[in-house]
Amino acid sequence: MSDRISALPGAASSGSIRVEEAGLQGMVTIRGDLGDKGVSDALKKVVGLTVPEKGQRGAGDGMALLWMSPDELMLTAAHSEAPDLVTKLGDALSGHHHLVCNVSDARAVFRLTGEGAAIRDALAKLTPADLRPSALPVGMVRRTRLAQVAAAVWFEDEGTATVVCFRSVAAYVFGLLANASKPGAEVGYFR
Amino acid sequence: MLILDCPYCGIACDETELSPGGEAHLTRFGPGSSEDEFEGYLFMRENPRGVHFERWRHAHGCGKWFHAARDTMTMEVFGTYPAQTTEPPAELRKTISEKRPGWSWRDFS
Ligand SMILES: [Zn+2]
Repeated sequence: MSDRISALPGAASSGSIRVEEAGLQGMVTIRGDLGDKGVSDALKKVVGLTVPEKGQRGAGDGMALLWMSPDELMLTAAHSEAPDLVTKLGDALSGHHHLVCNVSDARAVFRLTGEGAAIRDALAKLTPADLRPSALPVGMVRRTRLAQVAAAVWFEDEGTATVVCFRSVAAYVFGLLANASKPGAEVGYFR
Repeated sequence: MLILDCPYCGIACDETELSPGGEAHLTRFGPGSSEDEFEGYLFMRENPRGVHFERWRHAHGCGKWFHAARDTMTMEVFGTYPAQTTEPPAELRKTISEKRPGWSWRDFS
C-alpha cells in the first residue's frame, strides 16, 4: 500500500505566530438527526463523547466532536483510526438515517501557535468572523471563509488554534496564514 | 455590508459568508398551473424601498437556507428566521410594525 501523506508535509512559517501544517489528521463527517437519542447514544457508545452543543467542540481522549451544522458533526481522531471508526459508527447508527464518511484525506489542517492576541490578529485579516475572545472563545467552532475559501477555525487553548480547509486549497491557505503573520505586520487590535 | 444572524448557528454572519437567494416566500407554480401563475412565480418580484423579505444561505457555514427581514433603504435588519415556514413569524411582524407602522409586503402586513 502506498504511504499516506498530508497536503503540505512539514510546511511551517514563523512570524508573529507559528503556522504549521499539522500532518495527517483523522476526520470523519457524521450526519444525522442530532436530536435523536438513538443517534446520540450510538455516538456516545463509539466515541465516548456526547453530542456538542450548537457551535461547540467537545474533546475527549484523543478524539473530539465538532458541531458543524444542525445535522452534521465532525469527529477528529488519529488518522489511522478513522477507517475503523467509520465502520463502528456505521454499525452503531444502522437503523437511523445517517451518513458517516472518512474525509481525512480531503482536508488540510494547520496549527497556529503563539500569543492568543497575535493568532486572532492574523486570522482577523483573513476572515470576516468576529475574532474577539468573547465571540470565539476556546471550545467554539467557527466555520467561515479565509479570504476566498471555506475554512473552520477553533481554539484549543488561548495559545493554540486549528484551521481546517479543503486539501485542494492547502497551499493557498498556508500562504494566507504565513503572509498574515509576517513579522512587522501585526495590527495589535486584540492586545 | 450586511450582518445577518444565522438562525441555525446563532452566529453573526458577514454578507460575504452568505449566498443571496432572492425573494422569500414565493409559491412555486409548476406543471398544471396557469400561464399567469407561472409567469408570476418565475418573473414577478417585489422591489420595495423599505421592508423586504429575502432568502439567504449560510454558504461558508452550516449550509442551511434561512430568511431575513430588512429595510432595503436603511439596511436595518429586523430579524432572521428558519426557512421551514411559508410566512414571517408573528413576533417578527410585530417588531417590524413597531419600527415601520403601516408596512406591507405582498400579502403580509
Ligand atoms: Zn448557519
